[in-house]
Amino acid sequence: MQNQSGSRIMEFFSNTRGVSKLHLTDILTYLYLFLGTLLMFGPVLWLVFSSFKTPGELTRFPPRIAPYRQETAVVPGYDDPLPLFEVTMEDGSITTLARIRRVGLEAQMVDPANPEEVIRTSNTDLVPIESIVFSADNYREGIESFNFARYFLNSLVVTILATMLTLLVNSMAAFSLSKYQYRGRNTIFLVIISTLMVPISVILVPAFLIITEIGWNNNLLGVIVPGAATPTGVFLLRQYMLTIPDELLDSARIDGASEWRIYAQIILPLAAPALAVLTIFSVMWRWNDFLWPKIVLTRSELFTLQVGLNAFQGDLQIQWHLILAMTVLTILPITLVFGILQKYITTGIATTGMK
Amino acid sequence: MNKRITFIAMLLLVMMIGLVPTLAQDTIELNFTCYQDGTECDTYADLLDTFMEENPGIVVNLETVPYQFIIESLPVIVEVGDGPDIARVTDYPGFSDFYLDMRPYMEDPALLEDNFNAVPLAAFRSADNPDGLHGFPDAVTATAPFVNATLFEQAGVELLGEGATWEEWIDALTQVRDATGVDYAFTIDNRGHRFAGPAMSMGANFFDEEGNFALAGDEGFSTFAEMLKNWLDTGLSASETWATGDTYTAANEFFINVQTVMYFSGSWQVGGFANTIGDAFDWVVVPNPTGPGGSTGVVGGAGIAAFDSGDDARNAAITAVMEYLLQPEVYAEFSGRTLNLPAHAGALEIGVEYDTDNPLVASALTQFGAEVGKLQDQAWMVAFNPFSFAYFSASNTRLAQYFFGEIDLEDVTVGIQSDIEDAMANADNS
Amino acid sequence: MERSSEKPIGQVPSSRLTIRSFFEAIFQFIIDAVDTLFSRLQTLIGIKGMAYFFVLPNLLIFSVFILGPMLLNFLYAFTGGNSIFLQNRTFVGAENMEMLFTCSNFMDPNTCREDLFIRAVGNTAIFVVTQVVWMIVVSLFTALLLNRRIAGRGFFRSVFFYPVLLSPIVVGLMWRWILQENGILNSAIVSLGGEKIGFLSTASWARLWVVVISIWSTMGFYTLILLAGLQSIPLELYEAADIDGANEYRKFWGITLPLLMPTMLVVVVLSTIRAVQVFDVVFAFTGGGPGTATFYIVHYIFNNGFASATKEFGLASGASLFMASVLIIFTLVQLRLRGVDESS
Repeated sequence: MQNQSGSRIMEFFSNTRGVSKLHLTDILTYLYLFLGTLLMFGPVLWLVFSSFKTPGELTRFPPRIAPYRQETAVVPGYDDPLPLFEVTMEDGSITTLARIRRVGLEAQMVDPANPEEVIRTSNTDLVPIESIVFSADNYREGIESFNFARYFLNSLVVTILATMLTLLVNSMAAFSLSKYQYRGRNTIFLVIISTLMVPISVILVPAFLIITEIGWNNNLLGVIVPGAATPTGVFLLRQYMLTIPDELLDSARIDGASEWRIYAQIILPLAAPALAVLTIFSVMWRWNDFLWPKIVLTRSELFTLQVGLNAFQGDLQIQWHLILAMTVLTILPITLVFGILQKYITTGIATTGMK
Repeated sequence: MNKRITFIAMLLLVMMIGLVPTLAQDTIELNFTCYQDGTECDTYADLLDTFMEENPGIVVNLETVPYQFIIESLPVIVEVGDGPDIARVTDYPGFSDFYLDMRPYMEDPALLEDNFNAVPLAAFRSADNPDGLHGFPDAVTATAPFVNATLFEQAGVELLGEGATWEEWIDALTQVRDATGVDYAFTIDNRGHRFAGPAMSMGANFFDEEGNFALAGDEGFSTFAEMLKNWLDTGLSASETWATGDTYTAANEFFINVQTVMYFSGSWQVGGFANTIGDAFDWVVVPNPTGPGGSTGVVGGAGIAAFDSGDDARNAAITAVMEYLLQPEVYAEFSGRTLNLPAHAGALEIGVEYDTDNPLVASALTQFGAEVGKLQDQAWMVAFNPFSFAYFSASNTRLAQYFFGEIDLEDVTVGIQSDIEDAMANADNS
Repeated sequence: MERSSEKPIGQVPSSRLTIRSFFEAIFQFIIDAVDTLFSRLQTLIGIKGMAYFFVLPNLLIFSVFILGPMLLNFLYAFTGGNSIFLQNRTFVGAENMEMLFTCSNFMDPNTCREDLFIRAVGNTAIFVVTQVVWMIVVSLFTALLLNRRIAGRGFFRSVFFYPVLLSPIVVGLMWRWILQENGILNSAIVSLGGEKIGFLSTASWARLWVVVISIWSTMGFYTLILLAGLQSIPLELYEAADIDGANEYRKFWGITLPLLMPTMLVVVVLSTIRAVQVFDVVFAFTGGGPGTATFYIVHYIFNNGFASATKEFGLASGASLFMASVLIIFTLVQLRLRGVDESS
């Protein structure tokens, strides 16, 4: 039925073309969609490629897409590996030399095969020897100085606990607001949804005061609990639960089920699509949340990934090579989850998302 | 029978677990919140390890945070009573209600009182305790320009020295930039603090006779603002640095990556440059360019402050840590390892041995020493006035607005002054 | 093909049945355990009482962390000083509000007492209008194309949705990296023979890019909703129009658009409310600059309340109060338009 209607509606856009032949509008459509794909993924890919580059390579203009890295050689008598260059000698021959140091315009070079002799050349004639390397250096250095594991764990704890709490309290409230008649019900609902879109960012100061009075600043609870009573979640679930027929509840009551059992075993399974959507939203909100955690969590061992990432940027000097690597690590988990569940996520939001 | 034995064993176990914290209560754990421009916190961590070996009863947990944290979050967490015991801060007066007066706990208050300049020590104090000792600067820092001398050499342009004016400098820098093809002649952090020194050199008077900010209509300030706008507009300087709203953007990246000939910042960069640039090119510190107002930078104000914990034993422990860091040898080691000029007369007396074999670092520090000697009085006051930070945030915003054409030149100084007065009025309310 | 992707989320392939039944058993156990407790409660307070009981946890969190702060906001807005504790603040009456809204000419922020606030309001208003209009155009266009008979619709739908998942901080940082003066876009322009453009240091460019990246990062969501709206239009209408000999344009303007209106309205309102709150992405992207070109209301609140060394909670709360009122009006208008009151 749906398939049939789906194909018919297509005819609206395409009823002048033959069935098997590609029409010009089809070509344009695909062109747009492929350009769109490029636009959506291009920046992320550029980020990934850049994250493997050395700091020097990152400041290069014009930038090169692939991560080049200068080759080095360990020369006896020198502690650190020395960078390799191609040098045109006075006789016109080209040799590979390692640079010891640069003094003004002059460079002191050494032949790795003959480490005893120091050769002096002009620094401007050196051509660095490079190759494409996907090196994990930035990632290693970033993880060491950025405490990635800690932030990741904090983000994970916040996201999971907050999502569970959100699902529980929101579905209970939605159940009550959709399936019972009592005094004050409409008032409660109206007050909740009138703040539907008032974000915590507009009540920052007093919300912070309350967290302080409770003693929850620098406590993950201060991030987890306040956002759990989302008006959006209550609204979404209530609208969905209204479509569940009341007869189901009545017959369960006749069978002697308690109100709690009706909620947990009848309403919740039937509202699963809406709960799934709220789960997606909640995970997305919590994983990406920034402003509120930034204010509540001031000790770095409690930072979530987003807060840590921004603090990293706010440091004395922007270390792009580390920021890029850590950004890639931050988006990796959510990208993986999306890759696996994308079909469910997009259909879920499209069919139940916003009634 | 068996059950009873198990029960008693369990009970004993629980009691023992309960006892562990009680036994451990003899040690006092202190929190030290630190930020670093170079290696300051790493050095403190090493020094405090020695301290903790000598004082087994005190454990100092040092936490290194971004500077942004010190500015944005620390004031709030201190006010709600969740702050550290010791912190490395720059806004001394900002926390004056919460400091610990260390005098009753100190073995020798003179160690602090007699070895430091009175202006920064006074900046820690609140009005109701005019003699308190709360903290000390851990370095004398001053603003001045860094120059890439290698680029000058490559361009064949003579490096300028003491007495050269801003106009002469910009001519020379432009020549070097054009000859070497780097992006910029001059870059400066997007801070009103860095801007203050050159503005004073152009004749700005920041304060009235009572020592209150009085910038409205100041000619010198406007002159340098106009000059800088001109350089930004013509691409001599990096407008990207000033384009990030009031978010701090250091232009040191341009200097490290050889994209600018001159970089105007301060002596706290030396330790960082020793690591990031090393001897990749010759970087030198040059005297502040001269103008009708002379040649001056301004001081920067990193210092260590002690916070009142409300508990006698704890306060004594905090003071012990501070006194340890005040020992001339310890202070001198800190200065030597972090490549900072000491603010401590006693440390200066025994001499600071800088932990570097890079002659560029040594000469940079010598030059900064000379710059500190030339500082005008207002160059100290601008860092240690109770409303210094109101000036900083106002000037960051107003200058950026002017540079990007949102407000006129006359409105810059008027706007800064009125923002500072608003902050003063708001403070009066509390 | 299409059918399988429309399968309800709850359906799981039978191979995972054992794992599923394991979790179901645990779930069942918890439900039973709680039930013994709550059944007693129910005999105590009755069914009506249970109704209140179910709404209680949500209401508690809501009152403490959303409603309470909204009321407290008034107290902050009418007091001065830099203390966060209300008992340390002095009552100043409407001083903060007066400061925020004193202008000799509201069209020229320079004449305002607190020009930064007025600029933030102006910037936000302009941003909201441009962003919402372009968001509708782009996501409607994309949804219409995705609604054609095309191969890989599910794939493309996911492609456009992917950026929605990225955090605003990541989006801001990533685009800053691309658009900076020595970034890849300028490099492309230079290689095509152009001059570098200061995307982040020219007010009009920065404003434009903030709109572009916020559309980039959220259009997938609205495209999904519009696509669902398109697919729910009854086909009989198009068939009838075909019999009448209507052409494509007549069908689009006569059928598609009017019937899509309710969905469009949802998109307009949702994206408007989102746009009013814009902050994190811009904070990481331009920091509000150049100057104050991309400085918006939430940024103003954050700056005065938390970021600047001179904490002016009064001004921050005054601005919050203004913004909360605007948002509540928006939301109520939306609810009225969607007819929610009637259904309750």
